[in-house]
Amino acid sequence: MSEAPQAGRRRPRPERHLPGSRLLVVIPALWLIVFFLVPFFIVGKISLSQTVIAQPPYLPVFDLAAGFEQLKQDLASLSLDAYGLIASDTLYLFSYFKSVQVALIATAILLCIGFPIAYAIARAPRGWQPVLFMLVVLPFWTSFLIRIYAWMNILQRDGLLNQALLALGIVDTPPAWLASDTAVMIGLVYSYLPFMVLPIYATLERMDETLLEAAADLGAPRWKAFWLVTLPLARPGIVAGMLLCFIPILGEFVIPDLLGSSETAMIGQVLWTEFFSNKDWPVASALAVVLLALLLWPILLYQRAQIRAAEGPR
Amino acid sequence: MSSVKGSSWFTVPVLAAGLAFLYLPILVLVVSSFNDSRLVTVWGGWSLRWYASLLDNAALLDAAWVSIRIAAVSATAATVLGTLAALALSRAGRFRGRTAFAGMVYAPLVMPEVITGLSLLLLFVAIGAERGFWTIAIAHTTLTLCFVTVVVQSRLLTFDRSLEEAAMDLGCPPLKTLLTITLPLIFPAIAAGWMLAFTLSLDDVVLATFASGPGATTLPMRIYSEVRLGVKPEINAISTVMIAIAALAIAAASLFGKLHRIGRQTRRG
Repeated sequence: MSEAPQAGRRRPRPERHLPGSRLLVVIPALWLIVFFLVPFFIVGKISLSQTVIAQPPYLPVFDLAAGFEQLKQDLASLSLDAYGLIASDTLYLFSYFKSVQVALIATAILLCIGFPIAYAIARAPRGWQPVLFMLVVLPFWTSFLIRIYAWMNILQRDGLLNQALLALGIVDTPPAWLASDTAVMIGLVYSYLPFMVLPIYATLERMDETLLEAAADLGAPRWKAFWLVTLPLARPGIVAGMLLCFIPILGEFVIPDLLGSSETAMIGQVLWTEFFSNKDWPVASALAVVLLALLLWPILLYQRAQIRAAEGPR
Repeated sequence: MSSVKGSSWFTVPVLAAGLAFLYLPILVLVVSSFNDSRLVTVWGGWSLRWYASLLDNAALLDAAWVSIRIAAVSATAATVLGTLAALALSRAGRFRGRTAFAGMVYAPLVMPEVITGLSLLLLFVAIGAERGFWTIAIAHTTLTLCFVTVVVQSRLLTFDRSLEEAAMDLGCPPLKTLLTITLPLIFPAIAAGWMLAFTLSLDDVVLATFASGPGATTLPMRIYSEVRLGVKPEINAISTVMIAIAALAIAAASLFGKLHRIGRQTRRG
């Protein structure tokens, strides 16, 4: 308490905050602790449990009313069996590997498509920029499920794509697009494109144009100015866009489930099957814990980028 | 200026291709919803029959009603919580645990839905909550509140802080400053946040499937179970209806934003 005024004196002009506004934190913080943070610990606990045919389908169920002795017994019966299963079964490992691979490739493609679009919007006449930006973000407001479904329409065996390919004489027999990795990739790129364009455009839009003029005046060719000025300045947006795409894609369920084949499942699908079809809650939880561990570093990176972007330069 | 700017040989084709990629699939879907033929890939002339048969599909309509109610409840809760979080993050200065709080607010944005869904379900089971309408609403509130925070926070950062400071310097108590200066200024962002939360809730299938019980089936859950079996003309029709609603909402929001801006300008002028 006594530090507050001193800290205020040390800094030239401390940020004025609405007094009492710290109380505002309490309600959303409580909500997130109860419904976002605590559940992760429950997932961790259940990943150490045993599968049983019961309701709920895992043991032990901690019951504080049963007394200390029972609790000690329960604690002793926690095991790493579910993790052992994941490590020993190549199916699970393959799914993780496949998910990382798909997420990396999709993010790379998204960057290759998203950056030119963001760049083109930032180059467009000032008056057009908000309209173009809206047009790119707009599909995000329509149902994601429906947009994936739209691709099912196009990619089915006698769908529009094959009809067009046949009519143009590019193929003789219609290839099967659905239930393939290509279809999953198309769906991912289509759904996540706004997430890549948005942050990149935001950094490009803020860019000081006079820097490019200075580079031109000093004799830098355009490509060099782009390479040495534009790209480094756009880096925070590029990093944010890549993380915004990579992290959710790694655990994606709906897109590979609808557009992909069931043989090469991504980890989100495996988790879903373990939970809903096999009713193996401990293994599903262990899969989630490992997935979370894989994502921990990207998520921390993303949080840092987001905090920095949200606060702006101080 | 123009030497740096005008590179239309690059801008125009890239934007045209990008927008075509984004909008053609939706266009195909909308057109095929008016296809008279039961075979979705054969054109049988224009018709509204699939829209008519939607009206007879009680299961689908029930699911839609459940979805709309959940979306309204969760969007409202998320807007309140998300706005509070945004105010705390941009107006409360540096408080202890601020970084942890910010991290917790931003994490649900990117967290794979299967993880969030699974962990919420396990929580509901652990506390013995009956799963259904309210558990889905809680799940959606948790997911969407961070989107509201991001939208509102970006508005809070760009507007003129001196208005708040002037009010407080003139002796306006903090709560009154918040209610009479800050909230009206960020109102468009709050409205946009509510709409975004509503849309996201209306759209979600993964969290809803985890959090729901036997009693509550949302529209995306229903659509999803149908879509898994293949393309159907009725689904084309309900999809088009949902796209039309989204388009109307966006048009209304942009009109509202424009009116708000004009109103402010005339008041100022």
